[in-house]
Amino acid sequence: MNTLFGERKEGATKIVLKSVDEYPEAPVTLGTTLINFTGDWRTFIPVIDDSKCVKCYICWKFCPEPAIFIREDGYVGVDYDYCKGCGICANECPTNAITMEKEEK
Amino acid sequence: MAEYKPIRKVVSGNYAAAYAVKHARVDVVAAYPITPQTSIIEKIAEFIANGEVENLEYVAVESEHSAMAACIGASATGARVFTATSAQGLALMHEMLHWASGARLPVVMVDVNRAMAPPWSVWDDQTDSLSQRDTGWMQFYAENNQEVYDGVLMAFKVAETVNLPAMVVESAFILSHTYDVVEMIPQELVDEFLPPRKPLYTLTDFERPFSVGALGTPADYYEFRYKIQKAMEEAKKVIHEVGKEFGEMFGRDYSQMIELYRTEDADFVFMGMGSLMGTVKQAVDVLREEGYKVGAAKVRWFRPFPKEELYELAKHVEGIAVLDRNYSFGQEGILFNEAKGALYNTNARPMMKNYIVGLGGRDFTVSDVRKIAENMKAVIEKGELDVEVDWYHLKR
Repeated sequence: MNTLFGERKEGATKIVLKSVDEYPEAPVTLGTTLINFTGDWRTFIPVIDDSKCVKCYICWKFCPEPAIFIREDGYVGVDYDYCKGCGICANECPTNAITMEKEEK
Repeated sequence: MAEYKPIRKVVSGNYAAAYAVKHARVDVVAAYPITPQTSIIEKIAEFIANGEVENLEYVAVESEHSAMAACIGASATGARVFTATSAQGLALMHEMLHWASGARLPVVMVDVNRAMAPPWSVWDDQTDSLSQRDTGWMQFYAENNQEVYDGVLMAFKVAETVNLPAMVVESAFILSHTYDVVEMIPQELVDEFLPPRKPLYTLTDFERPFSVGALGTPADYYEFRYKIQKAMEEAKKVIHEVGKEFGEMFGRDYSQMIELYRTEDADFVFMGMGSLMGTVKQAVDVLREEGYKVGAAKVRWFRPFPKEELYELAKHVEGIAVLDRNYSFGQEGILFNEAKGALYNTNARPMMKNYIVGLGGRDFTVSDVRKIAENMKAVIEKGELDVEVDWYHLKR
């Protein structure tokens, strides 16, 4: 997806170290979470049904990442590069507009 | 280099360590008192109270675990860091020892070898430090107070070159509280030998923020472990270079990780670590006069383990009597175990016998070495071991 809150992320490229020589000598982080797509960890993916959404933004408030952003049209979107699939948004949504589906990879 | 005029002081092993810390221009000391180490950090506190050291921060902590945690934090900012402990205190540090080496921080500590309780003991025994064998710390064993002083200075240089922590180990009371002449090095020459640390990274790098000690998934953890082993291998070369440089500058050569004493034409040698090897060397002189062709092999560095040097020695002796002031329960003396393992895949296979000596500060004298020599000679002549592990002092 390569976006941060709907905007294209500058310099967001996942680092994959292929040989031991490419590793830093000490185990230190090589950048910010911009390059660490924690969305990889997800098993269940939140899917939002805009027709049920009442724009209360409770999901946006509760997302611990935060990976939920408010789109220009006022509905909410999910940054799937960082959403770990915890399901808190779906649990909190008062209109059941968010469902957690098993993600096929 | 300015002409080297040593400053001779009569000091205990612990004070020798404290003076080395002062001369190394250490930035941070975090430590918790424990006998027989306490007089090291007391002396350092005295240096600070007297205004004899500049910019040395002493962090008083509530335990050895916290002491090492503070050392790790300070070292991660690029500071030169020191601590000291013994026995139960070292055991309490154990978790943090892994953090120091894993984060590749060159903390230096003096461990004053003290027997692990129970029964309570404050006397000399190497099992405390050797129990930390697999923590990724280098280990240097000092034979005398001079080697404590020299060892601390060299440990900083080696540690900061390969980015691994190092432990300088001395004997409880036999060195820690016994006074002897130590040749100290004038400050400007210590500065020449040991320039300021160049850290691998520093947490005060605000231009490029990062975190240390983050998660390493199964995809990455393995490579970092390999790098620690590579650094240990590199440390062997660095130890040779630093030990040689020390010898050239100050006249005491430490280029060999195993110090050989009269081993050239020896039929068999005594191998061991630490202060007991001073006794052994004296015994070798006595035994030589009595007709025994014996020598001594003092293992200075236990980690990294000098297996190449051991091989060179093992090739031309008939037997090695390994003297362990330590024990790995369920197996044998720890140095014996290491030495046998190091030779297994080589063509050098002298007879090796393990003598367990001096545990918990039991006296170990020249006459003990003579008795061991008699036994070892008989074993070699017969061509078979009576017992592999000999609890030599045991009251029977």
